[in-house]
Amino acid sequence: MPRIQLNVNKRMYELEISPWVSLLDALRDRLNLTGTKKGCDHGQCGACTILCDGKRILSCMTLAIMKNGAEVVTIEGVSEGQKLHPLQQAFIDHDAFQCGYCTPGQICSAIGMLAEGKAKTREEVKDLMSGNLCRCGANIGIIDAIMEIHGGLSHE
Amino acid sequence: MQSWKYTEDYHMNNFDYFKPKGIEAARELIVSIPNAAFVAGGTNLIDLWKYNLTNPSALIDLNHTGNNITVQEIDSGVRLSAFATNASTAYHPLIENRYPLLAKAILAGASGQIRNMATNGGNLLQRTRCYYFYDPDSPCNKRNPGSGCPAIDGYNRMHAILGTSKHCIAVFPSDMCVALAALDARVNIAGQKSSRCVPFTDFHRLPEDTPELDNTLGHGEIITSIDLPHKGFASNYSYLKIRDRNSYAFALVSVATGLELEGSIIKDARIALGGVAHKPWRIREAEDFLREKQATEKTFESAAAIILSGAQGFKFNKFKIELAKRAIVRNAAMALNPSIQKPGAQPS
Ligand SMILES: Cc1cc2nc3c(=O)[nH]c(=O)nc-3n(C[C@H](O)[C@H](O)[C@H](O)COP(=O)(O)OP(=O)(O)OC[C@H]3O[C@@H](n4cnc5c(N)ncnc54)[C@H](O)[C@@H]3O)c2cc1C
Ligand code: SF4
Ligand code: FES
Ligand code: FES
Repeated sequence: MPRIQLNVNKRMYELEISPWVSLLDALRDRLNLTGTKKGCDHGQCGACTILCDGKRILSCMTLAIMKNGAEVVTIEGVSEGQKLHPLQQAFIDHDAFQCGYCTPGQICSAIGMLAEGKAKTREEVKDLMSGNLCRCGANIGIIDAIMEIHGGLSHE
Repeated sequence: MQSWKYTEDYHMNNFDYFKPKGIEAARELIVSIPNAAFVAGGTNLIDLWKYNLTNPSALIDLNHTGNNITVQEIDSGVRLSAFATNASTAYHPLIENRYPLLAKAILAGASGQIRNMATNGGNLLQRTRCYYFYDPDSPCNKRNPGSGCPAIDGYNRMHAILGTSKHCIAVFPSDMCVALAALDARVNIAGQKSSRCVPFTDFHRLPEDTPELDNTLGHGEIITSIDLPHKGFASNYSYLKIRDRNSYAFALVSVATGLELEGSIIKDARIALGGVAHKPWRIREAEDFLREKQATEKTFESAAAIILSGAQGFKFNKFKIELAKRAIVRNAAMALNPSIQKPGAQPS
């Protein structure tokens, strides 16, 4: 069986893995990092969003073997120890979730989106976050939370 | 007793995986392994595989096989790597500044995450979103030639109104390709014996009586790059995408417009439509008509009538004919004043 290396949340893992295992399944079922969610498994919901080499991608639409050697950050890796990532805190402050199923993907997507540095306005943030669906309809809180951090960063 | 017998057809198949070091090695693999497929971003191929619509025996990973410089200047204009991501292309300064129509069209497609994965080559080769094509239990001439086309008498809201055949009325769903057609791009292809360069509007095809073929790429051929000529219509351009929700949905109708003006006189015009046919739809006759005319609403209404002449609607998509005409006129107004364009190529 093929052997791959993945750096996940700053830890090196070596895995024996079949070529047809998605990155999402590898994270959840092999590394027990179940924070990343499987919503649709077809690229349509964004629940499986992770950061791969600094970019937000859908872990359900790629194979673990295609990411051999990559650096992956999941929701489990965004805080610094007990100190929440500012977006995590902002999601709490703005009531940006109900069931929480979309939240890990929303937060990883927002981290990636802010790093891309392309959204200037609320309208643009909404458009660039449209790849993350929220069935509970917490969208307004989600965009509010992101806008708080977005404003914070742009004033730094 | 009820029993379910799983047939081969309903198993997700297993496959081998290869990561060749160059284009030549990738081509050698694809011709030597029966039923092997290339994979790039994976956002279409892996989806189709999960739906059991494609069952490759091996995946040949094209990432890092070719020239990965996203965008480079060449004598005739600008060259986009086929292996670069849609996002890195749309956000490249050369594209943002000189070909903003292309940047807008790319950014109107899919989502931020998908654009970080999807490659330029893969975008050209994405398959239709026809719901019957996606349902392995339904007949479909594209998926299973000769089985019939249930869309013609079925639910066909998203289907084509131009260039259809009695065998298939599917739409090619790409946004990026609508802008590439308008910009007179060319597709560079590495083949078995030689390389070739295809004008963009000849790359995709109409369904005719072989709807299983989406385009003119041969087995074992690899798209290596896409060339844009110098003319980018960077002053007067607009991409408009009409869809059932404002973002993250495929187009019902989309329009890419580029205008070159002298005062209010049109010197050159490009109009390509998406969401209406099996390929990006561009009618040279309408562009010839526009040359030397006043850039007024009336002029664009006449051009729209030329572009949509011959359009045929089906039970649930007749609205697209009028919608496309209005979208052409609306997008012309947006091209005359590009600053009013909104995120996500919404109407403004
Ligand atoms: C939920 C969702 C929404 C989407 N919405 C939109 C949208 O609104 N607008 C839009 O335009 N697109 C949309 N897309 C489609 C997306 O743009 C395509 O899936 C993507 O561009 C395909 O590129 P890829 O690199 O991932 O291709 P892959 O999936 O890797 O490959 C696609 C095909 O191309 C072949 N291939 C890839 N590269 C080459 C090459 N260089 N030479 C030869 N063959 C090659 C592969 O063998 C395969 O057959 C959406 C996709 C999803 C999942
Ligand atoms: S429109 Fe084309 S893709 Fe859709 S069912 Fe008919 S033949 Fe298949
Ligand atoms: S699980 Fe990946 S996009 Fe829905
Ligand atoms: S909080 Fe429930 S899906 Fe978003």
